[in-house]
Amino acid sequence: MAEALNFHFIVDGEDFTSAGQASVQVKKNLRQLGLPSEIIRRVSIAMYEGEINMVIHAGGGTADVNVTEDYVEILLKDNGPGIKDVEQAMQEGFSTATDSIRSLGFGAGMGLPNMKRYTDFMKIDSVLGKGTDITMRVNIE
Amino acid sequence: MTVRELCLTEDFKPLALPDGEREIKGVYIGDLLSWVMGRASADDAWITIMSNQNIVAVASLADTACIIVAEDVKLESEITDLALSKGVNILSSDKSIYETAVILSKLL
Repeated sequence: MAEALNFHFIVDGEDFTSAGQASVQVKKNLRQLGLPSEIIRRVSIAMYEGEINMVIHAGGGTADVNVTEDYVEILLKDNGPGIKDVEQAMQEGFSTATDSIRSLGFGAGMGLPNMKRYTDFMKIDSVLGKGTDITMRVNIE
Repeated sequence: MTVRELCLTEDFKPLALPDGEREIKGVYIGDLLSWVMGRASADDAWITIMSNQNIVAVASLADTACIIVAEDVKLESEITDLALSKGVNILSSDKSIYETAVILSKLL
């Protein structure tokens, strides 16, 4: 692969029950590329958590996945409210999700920690009132 | 043991079995979906009482061998249809979560 492969997705902020479609598609694409299953698992989970966060908190956004020889990169962008305190949001168990979200099994305060757990690199750029950009990478070797 | 073999025992009933030859290598129990994605291992049988559509995506992405919906919790047919189309196995058990886990512990 000389050129990086790019997959672009629009994450629908209205449709909570079908959230995860982009992640499931990425999983399928990475399988077709023949990447190791553990790499695919890590990328899929990290991206799904990001996707869910965009639906819960930001009314949707976009996801781009770049596959290079060395890593898989996930870029998430939304125009949501932004994260007030990133350090606090990164703590396991911290959540601002509503009870109705929790009743669906989300909002356990594990989303961002899982994204960090499953990736080799993660950067959060968030501006209150403007939105959040997240870059994650999973190394292939 | 494969998921299909588990379905042949009296305590488990297949609701969707698109990938029955999948080998079960462990068990994870949980209803908080991010917790499951953070802690379950690939090829685990995942026991839950959560019954919404998101369990299919979680099982697919976390690469579990199957979902076991315990406590006789019922699933809408659209969820089992989705599972079939995504290659996700779903079984049901009318036993409690604890009893389901004990049975699995003896079988695996």
